[in-house]
Amino acid sequence: MSFQKSKFHHPRLKVNELGLTYRDYEGALSTLCAGCGHDAITSAVIQACHELSIEPHKVAKMSGIGCSSKAPNYFMSKAHGFNSVHGRMPSVTTGANMANQDLLYIAMSGDGDSASIGFGQFAHVVRRQLNMVYMVANNGVYGLTKGQLAATSDKGVKNKAGEQSLFTDIDLCVMALQLGATFVARSFSGDKKQLVPLIKAAISHKGFAFLDIISPCVTFNNHAGSTRSYDYVHEHITTGAVADFVPIKTEITSDCNSGECEDVCLHDGSIMRIHKLEKDYDIRNPLKAISDIEAHKAKGEILTGLFYLDPTAADFHEINNTSTTPLNQLSQEALCPGSRVLSGINDSFK
Amino acid sequence: MKTSPQKKQGVSTTCQAVNDFVVRFANTNGTGSASANNMFAKAILRMGIPVSAKNIFPSNIQGMPTWYEVRISEHNYLARRGGLSELVVAMNAQSINDDIASVKSGGYLLYDSTKSLSDEQIRDDIHYLGMPISAICLKEYQDPRQRQLFKNVIYVGALAALLDMDFTILKGLVRDQFKGKEKLITPNIYALELGYQYANQHFICPLPLKVESRDLVKNRIMVDGNTATGLGAVYGGATVVGWYPITPSTSVIEKFANYCARLRIDAATGKKNYAIVQAEDELAAIGMAIGAGWNGARAFTATSGPGVSLMAEFLGLAYFTEIPVVLVNVQRAGPSTGMPTRTQQSDVLACAYASHGDTKQILLFPQDPSECFTMSAQAFDLADQLQTPVIIMSDLDLGMNDHLTDEFTWQDNQHYQRGKVLSKAQLDELERYGRYLDVDGDGICYRTLPATHPDKGAYFNRGTSRNQYAAYTEKSADYVENMTRLSKKFITAVQYLPQPDIQQGKKRAKIALIYYGTTSHAIVETVDQLKAQGLSADTLRIKAFPFHQQLVDFINTHEQVFIIEQNRDAQMKSLIVNECQLDPNKLNSILTFDGLPITSQFIVQQVCEHLSAQQSNQQVS
Repeated sequence: MSFQKSKFHHPRLKVNELGLTYRDYEGALSTLCAGCGHDAITSAVIQACHELSIEPHKVAKMSGIGCSSKAPNYFMSKAHGFNSVHGRMPSVTTGANMANQDLLYIAMSGDGDSASIGFGQFAHVVRRQLNMVYMVANNGVYGLTKGQLAATSDKGVKNKAGEQSLFTDIDLCVMALQLGATFVARSFSGDKKQLVPLIKAAISHKGFAFLDIISPCVTFNNHAGSTRSYDYVHEHITTGAVADFVPIKTEITSDCNSGECEDVCLHDGSIMRIHKLEKDYDIRNPLKAISDIEAHKAKGEILTGLFYLDPTAADFHEINNTSTTPLNQLSQEALCPGSRVLSGINDSFK
Repeated sequence: MKTSPQKKQGVSTTCQAVNDFVVRFANTNGTGSASANNMFAKAILRMGIPVSAKNIFPSNIQGMPTWYEVRISEHNYLARRGGLSELVVAMNAQSINDDIASVKSGGYLLYDSTKSLSDEQIRDDIHYLGMPISAICLKEYQDPRQRQLFKNVIYVGALAALLDMDFTILKGLVRDQFKGKEKLITPNIYALELGYQYANQHFICPLPLKVESRDLVKNRIMVDGNTATGLGAVYGGATVVGWYPITPSTSVIEKFANYCARLRIDAATGKKNYAIVQAEDELAAIGMAIGAGWNGARAFTATSGPGVSLMAEFLGLAYFTEIPVVLVNVQRAGPSTGMPTRTQQSDVLACAYASHGDTKQILLFPQDPSECFTMSAQAFDLADQLQTPVIIMSDLDLGMNDHLTDEFTWQDNQHYQRGKVLSKAQLDELERYGRYLDVDGDGICYRTLPATHPDKGAYFNRGTSRNQYAAYTEKSADYVENMTRLSKKFITAVQYLPQPDIQQGKKRAKIALIYYGTTSHAIVETVDQLKAQGLSADTLRIKAFPFHQQLVDFINTHEQVFIIEQNRDAQMKSLIVNECQLDPNKLNSILTFDGLPITSQFIVQQVCEHLSAQQSNQQVS
């Protein structure tokens, strides 16, 4: 069932540049388990979009199948959404984006959806540099089918039923870095302070932005021994660099290009202010990002933060040289060559 | 000194024909024979004589036997004739024994006599035209690739002399073919002349088998169905393509891409008014088309059998969520990988009911390239109007072989039919929008596209069950209501789809033939041949599924109804019996599934066998 939230809101709720409140960005009432990390992601998306004054109806919410893929129903009910088939969100989003490059594509996927059944589609949408925000709510478990191990479960851990993960785990951030994503970050649903600016930056990034969000499953993967439980993540999380998002038009008051801080100008003129928590951290080196992730993992830590950013890379439509008028808005005159051209074509077959 | 064709003692018959015979070329694939053989067929066409050409090729790039069969017919019989050929051009040592066997008694074998034939390869009843082509090429050309390529052009030159073809037309074709590569014109014409002169010097030319100029081609064009389908998609306004290469559908997209590169570049900016992605697999290919369709662009993909199997899940999603999308299925032979380079009509059921659950799809059955063009463009209107996938059921014979077909036509005053899509103003007037509300009672609801209206019309498109307002539900009544409406929409669809083509006299014929797709090429001939035996036949060509009432009426008003199909399991018959609730005993199947295009010879034989079996049964009882 879908349950709609009450439209009532407090008259003094903060409004953004569009005159919209946080509540204008909400969706249907979540039917996920109480305490589910995915709901925290939903609320971070709502906050990020509200603060960025995104027009809700110009957003397309994309998903596949699974608990994670239900989440888009729980934010921005004024935006169209497409809950597609399992593991196939990337191709549907590719087609949608090919048709209209002017929308903001916010996609929610899960570890089963992206690291197993949709692993191929995940890899290829990264390669294509599709301009989208691709979030994976990563809980290491299949929630909707009640607790099977996911390919992102760390090798050796046991699920709630005691079954051990016997095979190599897949790190989607490492994959995204290898495949050429131009924005790669990992965050934690329990750390909104870090997550919201990263979502804002991902939205502002023109190109493929990948966000792997550790999002504990309270029902099937929150037990002792799990490496995706709230307790475990809180205890083992470490951060390389956090991002502050400085919107366009905001005056930058302090010069930040010191060793611990770096300002990166995004394509629309807004600024991504990177605070480096590790001194030699370099967000422009994907190979180093991969080795950092692996090094922390070897120490039993989960590295989070912004791993890689290339604000200058061309996106799919620049590579394809697509018309700047969205393809779904071209008139018949622009599309149909007409009968005169056809008669020339007929002659070529005589 | 001129010699008559090498004759063995006892050749008592000689094939004689003007403009009515078959030439079969036996080549090795990857040797450049295709363009020379094509030039031969086109030259005859330019002489005003109807031809049909069938490429019988292997699923291989180089080194395997390949055949090209050209039927020359001033009766306009354009199906594969079948049977043995009057003239065989045997250029492949690998297949020569089979090729010798494929010559009709009294017919001719043009072969490379550089190496002489063995005694077992000499048949008493055919004429041998030996020409030392390899030796000629060895003498004339230094480069091994040239020796191979010009061999083909040389035998075409020889055929020109043997069959009395218009040599200036051949030379003109060479000039056309190498427009922009002028350097190649002279050597190709030289090679033609080498063959032409050799034949004139060594054989009595022309043979009793020959061509004479006519004016029977008129305005028709010679083109393959895939080119036509790709071009139709350009005219139909397709802008988004996701695709995955698979024989025999690949050239649909290649041609679409070629025409777009010529016709769809914005003159002012140089930017593309289209986007094509070669996807990672067929699942992604149709996923992209569906994503674009949901977002209001006209989108399509093309595939063949194995791809249809992979796309099935997505086809169910598009059916259930009511998203317009066009799928071109260029059918090939067999289950699994089957015979990838042979033709069949064996995906009828897999497409009609593609996907799990209660799913039904709209099918179109083009008969020739002209109709591929029209139906391809029309499919985008239908998909938009009916908000559902439309599958164009082509086949390898139609898609990859050149066919003589009517010119492509387009009316400049025809407008794209985008179906029920609400504008911002229309949404403003609505109190409450429901994506799956059957406002008009025809089963077709109103869509909205993203970004149309700031406050109204957004919905969560989903493959899960939902109510009329697109909210998730597991209530039985809501599910039943939705599925019942989808059935109603399928009934509505009939009035949008092309009607069957019915040919019948005022007086009902006893025999009725029902057919679809490329079988149509054999039908005119079948009807003529039956008539010659005193049997008249009415015919009905199915152009679309779901079926029109005319089909049921046609079946009910005829005594002997035959359904002709190019598959093993009588799939169209099953579909008709299932959908129209007819007695299966009313319908007799004529089925061929050897992977080669159907012939009238086969159909007539099957009809006659059935009738005589029936007669003897009646006599017994």
